[in-house]
Amino acid sequence: MTDRRRFLKNMAGLTVMGSAGILLPRTGFGAVPGDNPDLASGTREASVLDALPGKKPLIKRTFRAPCYETPVNYFNEVFTPNDAFFVRYHLSNIPPVTAQDWRLRIGGESIDKTFELTFADLTNPKNFEHVEIAAVCQCSGNRRGLNIPHVAGVEWAYGAMGNAMWKGVRLRDVLAKAGIKKDALEVVLNGTDRGVLDKTPDFVKSLPMYRALDENTIIAFEMNGQPLPFWNGYPARLVVPGWTATYWTKHISDISVVSKPFDGFWMKTAYRIPQGKFPIVARFISQETEVNTPITEMVVNSLITNIHDGQHFRPGQPVEVKGLAWDAGYGIQMVEVSIDGGRSWRDAELSKDYGRFSWRQWGFRFKPEKKGSYGIMAKATNRSGNTQTFELIRNPAGYHHNVVQKVDIVVA
Amino acid sequence: MRSLLIVMLLASGAVFADESQIQLKSGPGKDSVQAKCSICHSLDEIQINSPFLDKAAWTAEVGKMIHVMGAPIDDKEKTVIIDYLTANYGVK
Repeated sequence: MTDRRRFLKNMAGLTVMGSAGILLPRTGFGAVPGDNPDLASGTREASVLDALPGKKPLIKRTFRAPCYETPVNYFNEVFTPNDAFFVRYHLSNIPPVTAQDWRLRIGGESIDKTFELTFADLTNPKNFEHVEIAAVCQCSGNRRGLNIPHVAGVEWAYGAMGNAMWKGVRLRDVLAKAGIKKDALEVVLNGTDRGVLDKTPDFVKSLPMYRALDENTIIAFEMNGQPLPFWNGYPARLVVPGWTATYWTKHISDISVVSKPFDGFWMKTAYRIPQGKFPIVARFISQETEVNTPITEMVVNSLITNIHDGQHFRPGQPVEVKGLAWDAGYGIQMVEVSIDGGRSWRDAELSKDYGRFSWRQWGFRFKPEKKGSYGIMAKATNRSGNTQTFELIRNPAGYHHNVVQKVDIVVA
Repeated sequence: MRSLLIVMLLASGAVFADESQIQLKSGPGKDSVQAKCSICHSLDEIQINSPFLDKAAWTAEVGKMIHVMGAPIDDKEKTVIIDYLTANYGVK
């Protein structure tokens, strides 16, 4: 087929799909090409590619509050482009904010001196040293939609995550200026976004002191060398490398140091995992109960980024499998790849290390001579010896999905 | 050529997508669901969570919206909403 004819054929397909989008209700067709087949049918039918202002088209799971995931093809880059970085809000009242008008209030009963910072104050290197760190920002519920049986929530596939070079100032330097009292237990974090109704619990989170005062916890005002996109927390957000994104408060406006466990809905009830089910080191003791604990650090995980189910290769044609591996900052020890559905494993080659909180790119080449189906799998192990699971660790909210992926390719 | 197609598909999504185009299934209770649920969130929250929740799970979700999130829904309307969600977006 000539290029011209192929173009027309493709255009015909496009027209059908395009008109379907206009004429038919959105229930009734899967609107995102290549969307994950393991998602619920309702998820696939309601999802579309859509661009928020200033963003590339991403996979819209819900319009309001905006929940948009990054298509997997962007994960072939080590740093996720700002305009393709996933977006996740809990509440729909998201006021515009300018760096000019923005203020950061530092308060709480466990500090000596309440004060307020302008954006110019925060970003002036004479006030606080600037630091840069590469870190993965991953939603606690990334891959929730791949839980079988499905669980309620935002039904993400693989793209509620991204890796960026964050620039900002250490939270501990800002808190030091306020003076921390001896009884300090948690640091409470709030941003400018909130609920539509006054009764709706504001999205407020807290961190244990040890994590708030960690040298890697920063208030970031740049992402990949640019101001934060509005949808990723402009003008400043918290960055808690290694911990899930629920703690990475966007549009951060209030930081309080308190002496009692913060008991808001988003700490006390939401974002909880059962005790003892996951190999987690970092604890949040002041928030723990007998049965559950707040989610804290990410589990070790990997993703195949450049091949897809059903992809065809010719016998003798080299296949290069590429992907990513990350954990909570203990560091990736190795990534093993299987081409026979998990019967045998060989080491992948790890690429440049951008720091222990960044994800690590890896690659694996092989040349299949025999025709047939090849089950490609990847499994990461970190320096603590933790690895991914083959069977889902079920939990009510569908957090910490790190089940080893399998991509079946065809050699024919 | 393939990249052109992808670009155009992406563009089409960007042009056509809009919360106002979400259409819930017809059935008793749809008006209540549209009026109350959309105060705080788009109605695709319902669609993406289907069809895998049973009546008990939809009851828990609606209960959370009322008792935690403050949705202004009385007991009578609560029943109507749960029945609609179970019948139209519940597990089969």
